[in-house]
Amino acid sequence: MEQLRKERVDRSLKVRTEGLYAISSIEEILYLIGPRLLFVAGILLLPLIFEAAPYWKRVVNVMCAYALVAISFDFLSNFVGLVCLGGALFTGVGGYFTAIYNRYFSFPIYLSIPLATLSGALFCTLVLLPALPLRGVYFAIITLMYPLLFSRIIEALNVLGGTNGITGIESFPDPYIEHYAIILPMLFFLFATRRFVNEDIGLVFRGVKDNDQAVRASGINVTLIKVYAVFIASLMGCFSGAYIAHMYMWAGLSLFALDFSVIPIASTVIGGGGTLIGPVIGSFILVPLSEILRAAGTLRIVIYCVVLTLFIILKSEGLMIYLQRKYHQFERWVKV
Amino acid sequence: MHILIYGIINSIALSLISLGFALVYSISRVPNFAHGALYVTTGYIVWLLINKLTGFPYPLAILVGIGITGIIGALIYRLVLIRIRGMEISEIIATYAIGVAILEGLRWGGLRGMTFTLPVFIPGSVDIFGVVVDYQRLVVVILGAATFLFLYFFIHHTRIGLALRGIAQDERAAMMLGIDSDMTAILSLGIGSALAGFSSLLLLPLGNIIVEAGYSVLIFAVAVCITGGLGSLMGTIVASFLIGFAQILTDKFLSTHYQMVVALLAIILTLIIKPSGLFGKQKELEERV
Repeated sequence: MEQLRKERVDRSLKVRTEGLYAISSIEEILYLIGPRLLFVAGILLLPLIFEAAPYWKRVVNVMCAYALVAISFDFLSNFVGLVCLGGALFTGVGGYFTAIYNRYFSFPIYLSIPLATLSGALFCTLVLLPALPLRGVYFAIITLMYPLLFSRIIEALNVLGGTNGITGIESFPDPYIEHYAIILPMLFFLFATRRFVNEDIGLVFRGVKDNDQAVRASGINVTLIKVYAVFIASLMGCFSGAYIAHMYMWAGLSLFALDFSVIPIASTVIGGGGTLIGPVIGSFILVPLSEILRAAGTLRIVIYCVVLTLFIILKSEGLMIYLQRKYHQFERWVKV
Repeated sequence: MHILIYGIINSIALSLISLGFALVYSISRVPNFAHGALYVTTGYIVWLLINKLTGFPYPLAILVGIGITGIIGALIYRLVLIRIRGMEISEIIATYAIGVAILEGLRWGGLRGMTFTLPVFIPGSVDIFGVVVDYQRLVVVILGAATFLFLYFFIHHTRIGLALRGIAQDERAAMMLGIDSDMTAILSLGIGSALAGFSSLLLLPLGNIIVEAGYSVLIFAVAVCITGGLGSLMGTIVASFLIGFAQILTDKFLSTHYQMVVALLAIILTLIIKPSGLFGKQKELEERV
């Protein structure tokens, strides 16, 4: 019997665009820029597209906020090898910091968000520091614990508004400012991280993930590298948390909720880990899904987790890598 | 005296909770983050059996509950973990996702509120040195101690137990001697989950079956296992006594809210000072860079 096998070959266009020939004709340029331009333009136009459906305009903001947390998860887990099970730590800390600045020190909104982002990231890095010199599951365990710990402490001490949370945080002056206050930073962080991991230090990051002993043998302080990475990741997470607090005009214990830990992980796995754009696409799929399922209550977390597990065991590459492969390569059946 | 007696009870309860987690990690190197979910599941299954099927005997329900949980644990390995063995990130995410799915599924399925309680084994209480202790807590202590002895005997003096230890110590050498790595891992997850179920049936009659217990049990188990050293059963027991007494002391002098804080502080302090734990068998170099 004749046996066939599937062969994957790079498209000639792809090969041509790898070198200087990329700028030889409009076709090559479009091949390279097209998808990126489409993506950026699509995201920038989202608020205008949803002009007709006011409810869904809010969802766009939430989507971008989750996407930002997802990027930070992807960056930490697939480029530095630190699995962070607690994105909620970042959002919670960011949200509470901005609430403190805005309510207790009455800083205006354009000051409180950046301040909360920076100081929140610093705070997260400090509390995660003990687990950073360690390898293996410790970091995952500690990040899983911290959001729970903080919500328990706030509950127990009844500080920062206790279970009611801090209310009356200043909102955004204009709905369009509200949209672009998350969309633009999201795009910025996305492309900045992409650039960043391809710099020299990105190589070191990946070295830490693959073989930390080799990095150490090169005279590089592995813990310091991890500190940088965690700081960058928590910048993104804290910004997202601060933004959400201002959007809902409320910082409460739900900022430490499981949603902020699970949905970013799920969107990274579904979108394709290690691509940085994958998590964005993943959360653009999952967050609207979650809005549709809102009536189902906690069932949506169940659905996420089941989808997540299925993706991990059956299609661990994720959507983005699949799409990239289809874009760059063609497949044909050949005789063995 | 109150502190001493309740400290011992609390410590044994903690070690019961964490034995399953420790066993699974020490043998198959899988951090079973679904541990807390399995704990709650067993309680719920038994509650369903004795409340929805009238006349279903309680002891039989307990056996069925533990059995089902053990099978769920084994299935988790056979269906999911076997495909991603050795990929640490995926292992953690998958077990965590399964655990959350089970817990939130139970919550969605109606496990809310304070109405879910299991009957105690022996009602009533007894006066020990002027401290009132109910019989259920005594049962916990006695059966807990019995479980330690049984486990010790099991892993040191039976063929299966020796196979489990062999895999835990040196997987390759054990495989050369004809021990099936996957089979022992399935077994270890089954036993570990059954232990989670067993501890839940001992402890849940003292309170309500609530979903949140799943998360806190996971945290306590992890705290005990890290403090004792991941992969060391002896360390698990010693650490649960440390944390158990610490919790009772904070409970006495501060407030109940701080129990969780104690557990988390134990994790963090252990990780800073001696990451391999009190009785950790892992080399420093393997876990610290």
